Amino acid sequence: MRLIIPLAITFTAGMIMILNFFVPHQPFRFLGENLQEWYLIVASGAIFLGAMNLMHVHFRKIKLKLKNWKYSPVTIIGFLVMLVLGLIYGVTEGRPFNYLFMNMVAPMGATMFSLLAFFVASAAFRAFRASNWRATLLLTSAFLVMLGQVPIGAMIWDKIPLIKVWLMSIPNTAGQRAVMIGAAMGVVSTSLRMIFGVERSWLGGTD
Amino acid sequence: MADIIEKLGKLDRRIIFVLIALAVIIPISFDLILPNPVGAEPSRDLYDYVDALPEGSNVLVSFDYDPSTMPELQPMAEALVLHLFMKNVNIVGMALWPQGASLGQDAMSSMADSLGKAQYEDWCNLGYKTGGQIMIVRLGSSISAVFPTDMDNVPWSEIPMLRNITALESFSLIISLSAGDPGIIAWVMMAGDRFGVPIGCGCTAVSAPTLYTYLQTNQMVGMLGGLKGAADYETLVGIKGGQAVRGMAPQSVAHLVIILFIIIGNVAYFSQRKKGGAR
Repeated sequence: MRLIIPLAITFTAGMIMILNFFVPHQPFRFLGENLQEWYLIVASGAIFLGAMNLMHVHFRKIKLKLKNWKYSPVTIIGFLVMLVLGLIYGVTEGRPFNYLFMNMVAPMGATMFSLLAFFVASAAFRAFRASNWRATLLLTSAFLVMLGQVPIGAMIWDKIPLIKVWLMSIPNTAGQRAVMIGAAMGVVSTSLRMIFGVERSWLGGTD
Repeated sequence: MADIIEKLGKLDRRIIFVLIALAVIIPISFDLILPNPVGAEPSRDLYDYVDALPEGSNVLVSFDYDPSTMPELQPMAEALVLHLFMKNVNIVGMALWPQGASLGQDAMSSMADSLGKAQYEDWCNLGYKTGGQIMIVRLGSSISAVFPTDMDNVPWSEIPMLRNITALESFSLIISLSAGDPGIIAWVMMAGDRFGVPIGCGCTAVSAPTLYTYLQTNQMVGMLGGLKGAADYETLVGIKGGQAVRGMAPQSVAHLVIILFIIIGNVAYFSQRKKGGAR
């Protein structure tokens, strides 16, 4: 039963959603909409699970004094301060939660992401080599796209932005589409395997 | 000469970091602004589409990003919202990312204040809901079922501008400002392909290459890619000295410095290879 019940639920839910897509009429429409709402409820519940897990991981880290445990109190205090302020005062504009978000969380997040520029520059210097004709082609394309993406490219030669658009629209699109079609076919086949119970690794077992 | 090239090839990465920092700091300090001509780019397509929207249309703007990608996407959000308000289009905001709701609120309220637009009459923010693609499918049959209240807990029925809005098909255009998943791809697949609503997009520069495929198939009406896309939109809307346009000078210099480093790295590589030292 431990195997049959989850497989039966997966098959029923999967078939309802497929039928709802191809036959958007009753009773499939009603069933499909209900399943969608169940999904939203379960996904909302996962947020609480995530918050609890975050606390569990960091309290454990402090208790056992694991590597970098000194950062964990910052995470816990930050989480609790935002949680309490949000619950007491709400999250709308002008409230303490929003003030902290706009003046602490937002600039810190932006700073962290901006650091990538330094690592990209360093990595490009060390790894981007014209070692064969394919790498040279990639390097040339990268130069043209980098220059076309900023106004200085047009100042150097006014055709550079047009070449960038061509590179992105034609060769890039061809490659991207091949990858996307391949991935989409993989998703369809894996989904069908799960719905029909061929793929069972998600149940936690090996068979 | 060969020694100098060899030394350059082994440049300490801290020197690279300092030079990149200077490449950004110096143009910002001198408030350097470069002219930003807008050619036949996807950003112009989005501008033209928005510009052709009739007055009183409803547009859904989904703020699907967080502070990490804010430097690229927030200027886009502000320029787009300003353009929509200037066209007297009603804006319904929402977010597939939790922090996007606050960032969207900031963009909409600041632009609304500058143009005298009223919340709940001209714009509103429904806030964040989890669920990604599945949530978008549900919006296709009933938006109020997913968002019974807005971000400030005002009930759907008490918001005048939402009276004529029932499902996704009530919108003339959906714009997703997207930093990843869930984001623009979910909107294209679910709202665009399934319910036939035109989709526009603003995205980070790194995700733009993937999304060009949707432009070619007309699954998207236009796209703002990275800070350049935001600068293009600011230029087209007529924002003087906008955040993104001001960001073009440091980005230009930083790109030139990176290109210079790649050239130095390759010169050192070929010099070493000539000596038989490089693989």
